[in-house]
Amino acid sequence: MSNDLILRVVAKILIPFILLFALYVQFHGEYGPGGGFQAGVIAAAAVVLYALIYGLDSARKVAPDWLVETMVAAGVLLYALVGVAGIVFGGNYLDYFVLGTTPVDGQHRGIFWVEVGVGITVSGVMLKVFYMFADRQP
Amino acid sequence: MAIAVLVLARTRNLFSVVVLAGIYSFLMGAVLVALDAVDVAMTEASVGAGVSTVLLLSALALCRSREARPGERPWLPLAVAATTGAMLVYGTLGLPPFSDPDAPIHTHVVPRYLQDGPQEAGVPNIVAAVLASYRGYDTLGETTVVFTAGVGVIVLLRRLRRAKDTA
Repeated sequence: MSNDLILRVVAKILIPFILLFALYVQFHGEYGPGGGFQAGVIAAAAVVLYALIYGLDSARKVAPDWLVETMVAAGVLLYALVGVAGIVFGGNYLDYFVLGTTPVDGQHRGIFWVEVGVGITVSGVMLKVFYMFADRQP
Repeated sequence: MAIAVLVLARTRNLFSVVVLAGIYSFLMGAVLVALDAVDVAMTEASVGAGVSTVLLLSALALCRSREARPGERPWLPLAVAATTGAMLVYGTLGLPPFSDPDAPIHTHVVPRYLQDGPQEAGVPNIVAAVLASYRGYDTLGETTVVFTAGVGVIVLLRRLRRAKDTA
């Protein structure tokens, strides 16, 4: 598949837009449809497409294993730390009202960082599972 | 969708099974858009039709692409599935009619989310507000589930590979 000229060119054109769309879904999720989960999957799908067309090794150069494995854990940690931040600023666990100058501002910040955490973990897990499967010899 | 399911059940070629499952997911996403559940539709299209199709295809590359014939007629599983399905259909008879405004789900916490959500969370997408703020604990649990699933796959497949290396 990797020698097909049409696939290579089309993938090269499409991948930036897929990644941009993932970022849009991630950071615009509070205003339109979407959120961390969907954005994580879309971002992972971009790298999966790259791996399918250009081979697993080139994809590993873009998103190396250590990075993907760190992402798997970092997202959950970020989410949990947002909760701890609520305690530090004098509220309850996962209490966003205390995170900003006004309660609404705090809610915005809390939701934003929580969604970032979800996105990082989901995208890491999807990529890692794909790597593990694609890496095995029959 | 019904056609896709029937062909899925009949065919023994696993490649067409995977492709048909992807088509089914896309149709399901279209149904969810028609029901105004755009967030769920996006998830269904990207996970069900996109990533899981790729994962199944890469798993398919590791094994034979034809399903083996079962040794015996699966009458008992068929009976269990039919009974469970019949009970579920029977259960739906007790549900309130579709989009009934007096249904319990619309009178419990939903009015509060819809009325106070925009002021309290300041987020236009109520789904995001409920998911990340009102139900923040649940979403933390969900993210942990995704994390645990990923770690499980890593542990299983890595151990298999190491066993092969030493053998």
